[in-house]
Amino acid sequence: MNTSSINWFRFASPASFFPLARRLVPWFGIPAALLAVGGLYLGLVVAPTDAQQGDAYRIIFLHVPAAWMSMFIYVVMAFWSVITLMFNARLAAMMVQSLAPTGALFTFLALWTGSLWGRPAWGTYWAWDARMTSELILLFLYFGYLALRGAIVDSRRADRASAVLVLVGVINVPIIYFSVRWWNTLHQGASVSLTSAPKMAAVMLSAMLIVALAAWLYSIAISLARVQAIILERERGTGWAEALAGAVR
Amino acid sequence: MTEATLQPPLADDSAWRGVAWALARDLKLALRSRAELGVQLLFYVIVVTLFPLGIGPEPGPLRTVGPGVLWVAALLASLLALPRLFSVDFADGTLEQIALSPYPLAAIVSGKILAHWLATGAPLVVLSPLLALQFGLDGREMTVLAVGLLIGTPTLSLLGAIGAALTLGVRAGGALLALLILPLYVPVLIFGAGAVESLRAGLAPGGELSILAAALLVSIVGAPFACATAVRIALD
Repeated sequence: MNTSSINWFRFASPASFFPLARRLVPWFGIPAALLAVGGLYLGLVVAPTDAQQGDAYRIIFLHVPAAWMSMFIYVVMAFWSVITLMFNARLAAMMVQSLAPTGALFTFLALWTGSLWGRPAWGTYWAWDARMTSELILLFLYFGYLALRGAIVDSRRADRASAVLVLVGVINVPIIYFSVRWWNTLHQGASVSLTSAPKMAAVMLSAMLIVALAAWLYSIAISLARVQAIILERERGTGWAEALAGAVR
Repeated sequence: MTEATLQPPLADDSAWRGVAWALARDLKLALRSRAELGVQLLFYVIVVTLFPLGIGPEPGPLRTVGPGVLWVAALLASLLALPRLFSVDFADGTLEQIALSPYPLAAIVSGKILAHWLATGAPLVVLSPLLALQFGLDGREMTVLAVGLLIGTPTLSLLGAIGAALTLGVRAGGALLALLILPLYVPVLIFGAGAVESLRAGLAPGGELSILAAALLVSIVGAPFACATAVRIALD
């Protein structure tokens, strides 16, 4: 029946995924660092000063990528949560666990940079606008996941219980994304879209996209690095993990 | 489901019978522990009463914050009542037996949630116009507030049940439950209190109430299944 010689499930085992993750980290981490430096140079030095907002607008080179990643990482967590519940896969749950701190970090960064930009642009650090409120709820969802995960002692039960929580919370992501279109609020609408011409200068747009790509590669690299620690911690009773630990010692 | 294949096929209405059975059982249990229900209701009354004492008795500010205060107090009262939805049954092993019954677990969970709302949510709705008087809300505002609570509090029970099942037998379950569930309650709070704001702004409150109703329908369809999954995970 199965004519393919590739075993697609080979890397679903933590023991075979561990060396792969270790090999992949520099492949994502180094480009992430280079692109971050390049993108920020382009954004902070090369890009012209905005006519209306002055130099304050330059925060978008961090703010927009962070906000994109905060939502995207949650969707990826939801994807791995589905895999966890459907196939009872340990590694999928470990991926959710390793992505969550990075997602929370980007959400916090998006709120923080947005607040710093809001002061000069809107005259206030915080407004109870739909997009900010829903982004704040996203931060609470990340915290809730981390807290539930930490409170359940049995790790297999923690995997599945927190997967249910992630899936219940995923409804918030489209609400954040479409909030600026559904409600007419303070936060501006999307400046970048696939269907229409960009509303900003090409150099600004490319700087933003480069930093976004860097943030994306960084997230992959850091979650692969973190998942190694999670695998070792959870599989510490197994022979291969002990052999590895022995070799390091 | 492997256990289902071992049992004789059930009648088509087994889901409804499961709902009815759990509803009758939990309502009976609720009526026999009236003191507990009274405590939860008093908590609602006292939290609402604290606000005029904290803010000051001027009618202007009170009237502004009134709908929001009543909604936040309803959220907290709902949260306070949630652990008892499953924890007693979980502690004495009843929940395990329920999960083994031939009725679909999602149906039984739905019945339990409905009974829980009738025992803890519905009294809040009934009491809310009386408490709204403390904040000087007029008749139409009171009606919109009560209708909003009537549509919104079942959603709170449905969403909260998922959290209650997820935190079964977990250390510091109560505080954790608040952290998990309150963010999910936020949309209900926004639209519930927003309905009264719309009325004050001279707009029809129908938009907000419709969104609350939509949230209720989505929760009715989705929450029992998520909750049943969470119960099974807790029983593993």
